[in-house]
Amino acid sequence: MRTNALKRHLTGYAFIGPFIIGFLVFTAIPIFASLYLSFTNYDLFTTPRWLGLDNYKKMFTADPKYTQSLKVTMLYVFGGVPLRLAFALFVAMLLNTAAKAIGLYRTIYYLPSIIGGSVAVSIMWRNLFGDEGAINSILEILGIGGVRWFAEPLAALWMLIFLSIWQFGSSMLIFLAGLKNIPASLYEAAGVDGANAVHRFFKITLPMLSPIILFNAIMQTIGAFMTFVPAYIISKGEGGPMDGTLLYSLYLFRRAFVYFEMGYASAMAWIMLLIVAFISVLLFASAKYWVHYESKGGN
Amino acid sequence: MALKKTVKPLLYHAVVIVLSIIMIYPVLWLVMSSFKPSNTIFITAESLIPSPWVWENYVIGWQGMGGNTFGVFIKNSLVIVVLSTLGAVFSSALIAFGFARLQFFGKTFWFAMMMMLMMLPHDVVLIPQYIMFAKLEWLNSIKPIVVPNYFGVPFFIFLIIQFIRTIPQEMDEAATIDGCGKFRLFFRIILPLVTPALATAAIFSFYWRWEDLLGPVLYLNKPSLYTVSMALKMFLDNETVSNWGAMFAMSAVSLLPVLAVFFAFQKYIVEGISTSGLK
Repeated sequence: MRTNALKRHLTGYAFIGPFIIGFLVFTAIPIFASLYLSFTNYDLFTTPRWLGLDNYKKMFTADPKYTQSLKVTMLYVFGGVPLRLAFALFVAMLLNTAAKAIGLYRTIYYLPSIIGGSVAVSIMWRNLFGDEGAINSILEILGIGGVRWFAEPLAALWMLIFLSIWQFGSSMLIFLAGLKNIPASLYEAAGVDGANAVHRFFKITLPMLSPIILFNAIMQTIGAFMTFVPAYIISKGEGGPMDGTLLYSLYLFRRAFVYFEMGYASAMAWIMLLIVAFISVLLFASAKYWVHYESKGGN
Repeated sequence: MALKKTVKPLLYHAVVIVLSIIMIYPVLWLVMSSFKPSNTIFITAESLIPSPWVWENYVIGWQGMGGNTFGVFIKNSLVIVVLSTLGAVFSSALIAFGFARLQFFGKTFWFAMMMMLMMLPHDVVLIPQYIMFAKLEWLNSIKPIVVPNYFGVPFFIFLIIQFIRTIPQEMDEAATIDGCGKFRLFFRIILPLVTPALATAAIFSFYWRWEDLLGPVLYLNKPSLYTVSMALKMFLDNETVSNWGAMFAMSAVSLLPVLAVFFAFQKYIVEGISTSGLK
């Protein structure tokens, strides 16, 4: 009987073995290596030199670019993610009807989120918003006048946020699946009670979707923090104008692979990890105030 | 009342159609611009119709750079995509079966690790991984990009676990009674049943690897190794008035396989996004 149990455990480990090896080699050991490096000065070619907390001190007291990068990233994340989610929810509700051609609209709406990560789309965006690009041409025809997207730091950041909102499609799909799972009987009962559309939205739709909103908010926030390709391509790797699009990952990349300051970049990575963990914990903790979990008896 | 009945659907369709146009316009603009003579792209930026229509951008763009045509970059990308996807899908299925169907010591712990991995910002492991691959002398090869896929991809593992859970447990029991071992159970019974989930994983793996830029930027620094993403980045770095058109044309070419897969396998994509939040 004991050999049977042993065999059972070994079989389990045979199946998940690749994961454990990969986890140790590509994640666990690198994480600790990165923690060690963050206390050193390391340029990849000479041996790491111990610095204690100097990298961390420098980051917050003597590196204005770091503070700028943190500020820009916060604006990007906390400006972009809520807008994108709100928009995704709005469009999902629009599409949650039996109207004709819904499938076609749905396809068009989530196509951008499929191609959005590519270099081609970032190149496209960069040129759309160029001084003589299509956006400015259209703005001029409308009589609003062009915006110098590549001269104003804040305008450049908004250009990135627009790109992120344009890719609302995948969240929309998740919301759409959630909306379909809300029992029609709830709305019917509310209709009998004379609840209006606003009431139904806040009392039924939002609470019923809240677990999905939480899940989306967490995953999108983490994803937004790691945004690299659009900032890298649109600013041609510099994060300009005036560091207006110097997103955290881009600045980290520059420190590590342009200036070969591996120690400093590792310290940046650890602060990022802490920030992301902190925000995720906050979101999870906030759940008890606004997320409504339905008890599905016995399931 | 009758008026309301006709106005409302009209208004509704007006809103969704305008939104569709906004969504699709940037892509149309890119594609149409690629057929305009390079020096007129920004003079006629507000127009979607090229006049005259020209093919020259595609001819120039296809010539590539450093003596490598764009065909070489497409081939390089495809090699990475195929090797990575095979490894990612197969290893993820194996691992998913272990988590979904087997009972063993420490399973909860490893499952928790896997879920945490889905949320880990990869910047934290980027630098040590680079150092490790440099020490292994794997720089300027596709190994740093391909090999990690053979150890399971958390999103895919999660997706396949969800799918396996929908298969009745009685299948396993019947097979076990017939004297079928766990490996045969996996290969003969579970694997064929989870092909829809494998297809979804394969599609997303294709997208991620095809669109990946960071990997090639870090690890592929010879023009003969460049992927499509990397080649587009180089086009951008050498941006001049004369090659805008070529850059647009090759950008459009790089989107073609992505769009083809999108329209061919939409069902799996919708499924993947809705069940696991894949993107």
